[in-house]
Amino acid sequence: MAQIKNRLTPFFENITFDRDDNELVLNFGPQHPSSHGQLRLMLHLQQEQIVKAHPDVGYLHRGMEKMAENMIYNEFMPTTDRMDYIASSSNNYGFALAVEKLIGLDVPRRAKVIRMMLLEINRLMSHLFWLATTALDIGAMTVFLYAFREREYLMDIIEGYCGARLTHSAIRIGGVPLDIQDSFLHQLRVFLNKLPQNIKDYEDLLDTNRIWLMRMEEVGVVSKEMALSWACTGPMLRASGVAWDIRKEEPYELYDEVEFNVPYSDKGDNFARYRIYMQEMRESAKILYQCIDMYQECVKNNQTELMAHSPKYISASKLDIMTQNYSLMQHFVLVTQGMRPPVGEVYVATESPKGELGFFINSQGGPYPYRLKLRAPSFWHTGILTDLLPGHYIPDVVSIIGTTNIVFGEVDR
Amino acid sequence: MRAYTPKDNVQKKSYYTDRFYVSPQVPKQVVESDEVFAADLAAIKSKFDVLDAYIQVGQMVVFINPQDNYKVLELLRDDLEYTQLSEMSAIDFIAQKNSFEVFYQMLSMNKRKRIRIKMTIKNGAAVNSVEPLFRSADWAEREMFDMFGIEANGHPFMKRILMPYDWQGNPLLKTYPLQGDEFAAWYEVDKIYGKEAREEIGPEIRDTARVDRYDSNRFSRLGHEVPKGTEITGDEPVVEQSYQEDGGVFLIKKFDRESSVVIDDPQR
Repeated sequence: MAQIKNRLTPFFENITFDRDDNELVLNFGPQHPSSHGQLRLMLHLQQEQIVKAHPDVGYLHRGMEKMAENMIYNEFMPTTDRMDYIASSSNNYGFALAVEKLIGLDVPRRAKVIRMMLLEINRLMSHLFWLATTALDIGAMTVFLYAFREREYLMDIIEGYCGARLTHSAIRIGGVPLDIQDSFLHQLRVFLNKLPQNIKDYEDLLDTNRIWLMRMEEVGVVSKEMALSWACTGPMLRASGVAWDIRKEEPYELYDEVEFNVPYSDKGDNFARYRIYMQEMRESAKILYQCIDMYQECVKNNQTELMAHSPKYISASKLDIMTQNYSLMQHFVLVTQGMRPPVGEVYVATESPKGELGFFINSQGGPYPYRLKLRAPSFWHTGILTDLLPGHYIPDVVSIIGTTNIVFGEVDR
Repeated sequence: MRAYTPKDNVQKKSYYTDRFYVSPQVPKQVVESDEVFAADLAAIKSKFDVLDAYIQVGQMVVFINPQDNYKVLELLRDDLEYTQLSEMSAIDFIAQKNSFEVFYQMLSMNKRKRIRIKMTIKNGAAVNSVEPLFRSADWAEREMFDMFGIEANGHPFMKRILMPYDWQGNPLLKTYPLQGDEFAAWYEVDKIYGKEAREEIGPEIRDTARVDRYDSNRFSRLGHEVPKGTEITGDEPVVEQSYQEDGGVFLIKKFDRESSVVIDDPQR
């Protein structure tokens, strides 16, 4: 039967958008190219100045926490890809680390090195993407094309490793599924050798660009108190004068063995955040060079283990499963029923490119997490817009959303 | 006899559970094993009741009375240097003990320590809002309200945040069904036109990829295009759609499958 077209009354029909106090309510989004996803901002305007901002989120809510409660732990891994889909390995890693802490696993060194390489490649990809989209929002199309070109090289490397370009699922609970491919180190080195010149190119285009400076300097100033109160992390916090990097302060993996600096600034404005992203890319490159050396040391010392050995929780290697009866039985149970971590709770924070990515898991001993809370940095970086935007003008909204670097897969989860 | 399904927890159940399996516990350490945590706990204990405290996976967990939450967090922020409320939410234990556990995940950057303040509240009870202490609680408490229906007293804007404002139910409760309501498509029709109009209006079309072959207004008859508004009879001629104009376009080469090259060298 054909559907008869009918017009349902929208429930907001009675709201007057032009009010007596000369205040205009402007809906910014949810379909706005510079809102980086599905952000709806309700802005109260006096002329062109914002007097009140009300971010409205939830347009990409998929109920990941609920999904997690009805999945075995390994099943949830591909779902984490869809949180911060710009750097999906860092989500995979955060979840894997939380479960490993819960069951008390120790990951082999070679897997740790590969994980660190993946994490830093993801950080570079994320920062390049940030630079590209923010520059594009502000009108610098050239930077967008250049930065996407570099990001493409990294995506190729990742694609060679795990077959996927965006949603990697490249990390498993207990290690990594595969060793890196033969061309990985070569490709990475070629990229890293070019990167300093590339970053310099972007900076030449932007650092002294009058338009860029006018849109960035003294705009969107986040004070230290505000950043702490709003639970800001990552570059948002470091641009506001707190040198807090979880990789440095609460090192996980082998971050205590590599040498890198934590760039920070006291300014708190858009430009400070931009500078921090640029410097962090250089630091990531530094870490990656050290990772390459660490990996070659692993090869030299013949450390070939990639997955932790823990028959109760982790399947044996493919070779064992195919040749040994008991490994096959274990694998069967772990795939059909899932691992059953001990009863307890864990909160593990990792430094994702956007900030502190935390996984809180409450396990009641079952094969499904009893409660899993995803602490995504972008959620709070969107919340801070409530306090940050008033006083600014409409064009500033675009540059502020840009430098907060929010990704809505993560905000809405 | 029909299988019994508990109504207070409709979540997925493991299909096999060994009756004699005893789950191991994540090891807990006493608070005294860490100097910093011991000092913090002593400071909390001097002013408030502490129901339980231990260290698990490197973080201290402190159980307090729910009415103390604001004061405890104020003490933590002002005197004990826990300057960030990283996260807060609740855990549904309605089926087991008719209560929720609310947790506050705190971070001290100066001490490099994280602690978790937990409290048990009865089903239906509200908590004191800590939004005046930490702005991050603004959105966190709204999310908790959205997902569990736990209200925070004194919160400036206690509205749903992720779900639509007019949503019914709280998705993270264990009683919340995992499958959608199959009659939901009719609710709007029933409300506006009445049940008898169902026949006439028909079900809502939710398939975004649906192509109506009789639709001559919306260009959905790919390869079978007809002028707008044409009466469809079914024997319209097939229109061959070529990728580019036959005569070619100025400056643009015609795409030719025969002469194209596939680059298969990843190094290029």
